[in-house]
Amino acid sequence: MSESQLLRFSTAGSVDDGKSTLIGRLLFEAKGVYEDQMASLQKSSINRSTGPIDFSLLTDGLRAEREQGITIDVAYRYFATPKRKFIIADTPGHEQYTRNMATGASTADLAIVLIDARKGVLPQSRRHAYIASLLGIPYIAVAVNKMDLVEFSETVFDQIQKDFSAYAKDIGLKNLAFFPISALDGDNIVERSARTPWFKGTPLLEHLESAPVAEDRNFTELRFPVQYVIRPNLDFRGFAGQLASGVLKPGDEVMSLPAGRVTRVKELPTFDGPLKEAFPPMSITVVLEDEIDLSRGDMLVDPNHVPHVSRRFAAKLVWMLDEAGGPNRTYLLKHATQTVPCEIRRIRHRVDINTLENVQAEKLELNEIAAVVMETRRPLYFDAYSKNRAMGAFILIDPISNLTVAAGMIEESTPESVEPLQLRNLEFVGEANESATGTQLTNAERFARAGHYPATVWLTARRAVAYLLERRLFDLGCQVHVLADDSESHLLPELSRVLSNAGLIAICSIASPDPSERDRAAGFAAANRFLEVPAKELPARDDDAVEVIIKRLEDLGVLRRKDRFERGEGI
Amino acid sequence: MDSRTLSHLRALEAESIHIMREVVAEFAKPVMLYSIGKDSSVMVRLAQKAFFPGKLPFPLLHVDTTYKFQEMIEFRDQFAKDLGAELIVHTNQKAIDEGANPFKLGTSKCCALLKTRALLDALEAGGYDAAFGGARRDEEKSRAKERVFSFRDKFGQWDPKSQRPELWSLYNSKVEKGESIRVFPLSNWTEMDVWAYIELENIPIVPLYYAKEREMVVRGNQLIPLEHNMPLAPGEKPQMIMSRMRSLGCTFCTGGIASDADTMPKIINELVQFRRSERENRIIDHDQEGSMELKKREGYF
Repeated sequence: MSESQLLRFSTAGSVDDGKSTLIGRLLFEAKGVYEDQMASLQKSSINRSTGPIDFSLLTDGLRAEREQGITIDVAYRYFATPKRKFIIADTPGHEQYTRNMATGASTADLAIVLIDARKGVLPQSRRHAYIASLLGIPYIAVAVNKMDLVEFSETVFDQIQKDFSAYAKDIGLKNLAFFPISALDGDNIVERSARTPWFKGTPLLEHLESAPVAEDRNFTELRFPVQYVIRPNLDFRGFAGQLASGVLKPGDEVMSLPAGRVTRVKELPTFDGPLKEAFPPMSITVVLEDEIDLSRGDMLVDPNHVPHVSRRFAAKLVWMLDEAGGPNRTYLLKHATQTVPCEIRRIRHRVDINTLENVQAEKLELNEIAAVVMETRRPLYFDAYSKNRAMGAFILIDPISNLTVAAGMIEESTPESVEPLQLRNLEFVGEANESATGTQLTNAERFARAGHYPATVWLTARRAVAYLLERRLFDLGCQVHVLADDSESHLLPELSRVLSNAGLIAICSIASPDPSERDRAAGFAAANRFLEVPAKELPARDDDAVEVIIKRLEDLGVLRRKDRFERGEGI
Repeated sequence: MDSRTLSHLRALEAESIHIMREVVAEFAKPVMLYSIGKDSSVMVRLAQKAFFPGKLPFPLLHVDTTYKFQEMIEFRDQFAKDLGAELIVHTNQKAIDEGANPFKLGTSKCCALLKTRALLDALEAGGYDAAFGGARRDEEKSRAKERVFSFRDKFGQWDPKSQRPELWSLYNSKVEKGESIRVFPLSNWTEMDVWAYIELENIPIVPLYYAKEREMVVRGNQLIPLEHNMPLAPGEKPQMIMSRMRSLGCTFCTGGIASDADTMPKIINELVQFRRSERENRIIDHDQEGSMELKKREGYF
């Protein structure tokens, strides 16, 4: 028992398509229903006079809901087989409860979408599929229920499979599996049903036991949001948190955000002795080699694969409050272990969940889904939700009522989705070269004065290297300035252009790997005056890394040879 | 199993530790409700792990109805001492002085005074803005829908219809002064998980969970232990029965079960065979349909 895995799945279905019956059936088959619960069930069934034992009553929790005869919130259910322990997030299929479905889907590894065989793919089934896709559930099991009422017709099943697959393709859902079942009679739940000889797949429960767990786990890019600092005495400082992605071992190099300091992991202490290795979703404590300043909300990341750092990003929101919301209001945004004030800068469009059409919208109502541009007061360190669920998810909280008003998923930024801030009242002169209009200075003159050509160094990650390089170049007599993208990465290309025009070496310390910004910055620079230095090409030690960059600037002809600097020439 | 896959118990452990650290990081004055039962024992172990090598950054609070088993009280005091934890014991002394007991008041009213009222008073007196409880969602139907961070208004009441949505592991911890959050780090654990973890981790539990010959009264299909001078109904006769407690509460309201499971493997084996839920022997849940939900709305844990 103690070595089985955990699979979390959500169920979504409409009021009458037998979802609660299916869950009751799964619990019953896996012996997750106790005798006294069965007895209480029989008692309740009589109250509602719905004939024989009604499995759905196992999952219809609260009094008020039992009275209404529908489930109105998310209920969690548990059962286990010898292979796995399962957590079901049972969510209602009722139209106005999109928010509950999204809640249940947020932690799920797999979703069961129920379709009534008699009715085929209804708008409700599409909504469930869309929310599963929006919340990034990696596996979808489509249970075509009530097959007993369509005489176990292969034609009916095939048509539903075809219709649903077509829709799933439109919304980018992958890993679909279809099951012809009768939750009431138990067909294809535990064993292959004799009534569907044409069905070649596995029964539903077997599929649940074998679907890969946490398919979206990422072991390559370290993301460790600092949750709490453990400091029992002056000799111990541990950074506690749950590993969002990546693997961490003693000796590993890590970079702190926002400071950009690079250090190494000294130890991973636990109550049960030190760990050799930590991986997601472990809750761990990290002790670092160096005394660096780190507190809740900060993050340790892989220096070679840093997350986006920005105050502005595109996202999808699911509105969860019965009061409308939208731009020009302050909300609190909770992402990883950070909570920051924010605004919805702009609603790009609302998504009509039935037609998938984009609709103009001024505000967001309950259960509506929209593409927005968010702006936070402090920068967030994030990845796109589609790449890393823990690093792309956030909630919005109303600072007055304290209610959770929306769930958000950060999208991959594109120039169309997040337009850069405009630098107003700044007129750029042309390229920093002789043909530029207006200026009477030539680059050769600037070179003669400064001892180097104006240039842009595009340095991804390793903030510490950027500042060390600035120091070294300054000491060599260069005019140099670091542009860090803490505030607004989209401005860096324009700012680097201004600095170049003034004859400086602009070091852009950029966390965002967004290629469009790089291209823009490279476009502004004159030929051979743009140096891109990906972090992975640099040695681990900051000093060595700086030497490599200086060498490359010399190779480009931006700097004179070092020996000449050392002899004091050209300064 | 993939070497980088956590077993379900370790995955649950990681989730619970994350929840506890989140509370300590975001609340001013948390407290841990300690009921002496097996779930509390697991919760305390998880807290030790969450804040290692530091001590528990919050006190333990036991709401004592004075009708607990003597073995529980002895265990509690030793456990807190071994742990080096701060233990606060609170009793609704006024109600006890006025003679509150389940025979005089009925179980509902007795619980309301000695548990719910006492708990709310203790939380208010301590000025706690977050209280950990060991409740699990698999225990009872109304718990299945409760959030991990469960909001309580100024009167300590729960409103099941206006719960905050809870997504991913992003918990909303915003409360105003006087309001509070009840936090359930074991939400996703089942009874079986708790036992399996106790065995895996070798966690100390009250000896009442192990079977031995005990003096019991057979009442209906319940086995009631004889303690605190429990009044007997006509015709009832105490007898020595090999039995154990599956969940612990007050002596009058906790039925035992006939069992010879006197070791942890035997308990787990019994559980696998068992076809009855653990709260079945808790008399308070059977007062009326949905009784736990009514109690919870009023502030019961």
